[in-house]
Amino acid sequence: MSATDMNAAGLRRDERLERLKLFGLSSPAVLIVLIILVIPVGWLFYVSFIGADGTFSMENYERMIKRKSYARIFSTTFQVSLLTTGLCILIGYPLAYFMSQLPTRVANLCLITVLLPFWTSLLVRTYAWLVLLQKNGLVNNWAISLGLWDEPIKIVHNLNGTLIGMVHIMLPFLVLPTYGAMKAIDRDYLKAAANMGASPARAFWTVFFPLSTPGLFAGALMVFVLCLGFFVTPAVLGGGKVIMVSMKIVSNIELFVNWGAASALGVVLLVLTVAVLWVASRFLKLEQMTGGGH
Amino acid sequence: MLNWLRSPASETQVTHGQRLWLYIFAGITMLLLVTPTLIVIPMSFSDSQYLEFPPEKWSTRWYGHYFGSEEWMRATRTSFTAAILTMLVATPIGVLAAYGLHASKLPYIRAAFVLLITPMMVPVVLVAIGAFYAYVKLQILYTMTGLVLAHTMLAIPLVLIVTGSALKSYDMNQELAARSLGAPRWKAFLTITLPQIRFAVVTSALLSFLTSFDEVVVAMFISGGDNPTLTRNMFNALRDQIDPTIASISTIMIVVTTLMMALAQIFGRGKSDD
Repeated sequence: MSATDMNAAGLRRDERLERLKLFGLSSPAVLIVLIILVIPVGWLFYVSFIGADGTFSMENYERMIKRKSYARIFSTTFQVSLLTTGLCILIGYPLAYFMSQLPTRVANLCLITVLLPFWTSLLVRTYAWLVLLQKNGLVNNWAISLGLWDEPIKIVHNLNGTLIGMVHIMLPFLVLPTYGAMKAIDRDYLKAAANMGASPARAFWTVFFPLSTPGLFAGALMVFVLCLGFFVTPAVLGGGKVIMVSMKIVSNIELFVNWGAASALGVVLLVLTVAVLWVASRFLKLEQMTGGGH
Repeated sequence: MLNWLRSPASETQVTHGQRLWLYIFAGITMLLLVTPTLIVIPMSFSDSQYLEFPPEKWSTRWYGHYFGSEEWMRATRTSFTAAILTMLVATPIGVLAAYGLHASKLPYIRAAFVLLITPMMVPVVLVAIGAFYAYVKLQILYTMTGLVLAHTMLAIPLVLIVTGSALKSYDMNQELAARSLGAPRWKAFLTITLPQIRFAVVTSALLSFLTSFDEVVVAMFISGGDNPTLTRNMFNALRDQIDPTIASISTIMIVVTTLMMALAQIFGRGKSDD
């Protein structure tokens, strides 16, 4: 072996060592996530297969299929998640479009109206809606004085109240990525389409809309996945009438101290979430969904 | 006005008049996004037992109630302590991880990245009951250590993403230059790299603070005893009744969040000046 070969081998070894050391810098973060998240969730997975008598059993999963109440919880969860996502798209897309058409300076001002609620505590916003929508709250009072309806109606502590609160909380998650995608669209494409004789509507639907869909999909996906596991807002605004999977998990532990049942539900919720993300990742890059790709 | 309505608004020659519906719709939406939260502020200064807007008689009695309550004060101290500690722990740990994963070209970095952002993907209820179980075993349930560790875990993905994307647009060759002149790697990082990604690091720190300060579900399970957080107490109070004290606490929380946001904006602006 010549001296240059030995040198090259040594350099390679040094480089590998250096890379390992650099990789090691992430170990505190990795350890925290492993000890506080991955291992406990793994244990929950294990517990979900242990029956009341302490042996392996599928009873926690069988209960979900057999009992009607569980079917209702799952359908409520999907119903609320789909409706929230749909409403967010219907409301958020035009808003994002509006902002994308403005000069950057004005658009940034408008963006504050999206960012302000985004950073305000979830609990504060949920509380605000509870106050506004209650029986003698602002909305009822104003609607009656405007003559929209005669008697105070029940808007909160039911599905409607939950949806209002959730759409308000989820909207920024849809608007921000959609706006980002729209901002990146080269406007000359639209000019070209108009030059070729496309009507404004046609130019929008065949040129602008398809180019904005990556952002819209990423946002809608984020909203849907967050809704699936949502707890605070439905627990407060649903008034016990809207029971989502996450709420059943909590009551299984707080009320019934049944870890097996709670874990099984948790596993199903996790599998659903991962499945949605996995299907979506076939269309989108992971970095796009987390915003880390810029 | 009429001229403006007829003038073209877009590349496709749609006039402002044709898009008036869009402007009205967006205006109402933005109004609905902001007002529900802001309306809590004047309501918190009402003298009445019932929350009203506009308040018939102004008073700060609900603030007096809040500041006079030993229970609320203790919860507030807990929340601030947890948020500051989370910021101090999550930021260095997350920045180290972001730097390590960025600089190391080992094939496992992709797996490590996915692992580190799982706290964002796993439903928070599951995170909460998992942490609850782990803390019973580790005997750190209802302790500040436990709370800070859990909140750090939740903040790591944010730090990783924010700092990671700043590193992506940073030229690592500058560090190489420093090292070729004899600086050890850590010194090159501290004196060359860190100052250039400082805005991302500060943003990460503020986000870590807010993550901890606003967190409800995990705190519901693992904070308690002598150390319940503000959000945990608020959530419990919300389930029982609409106490006007909550409006005053909400106002304070809005102020804290807005301050944080303003700080982030100031540092964020510095970034575009570079």
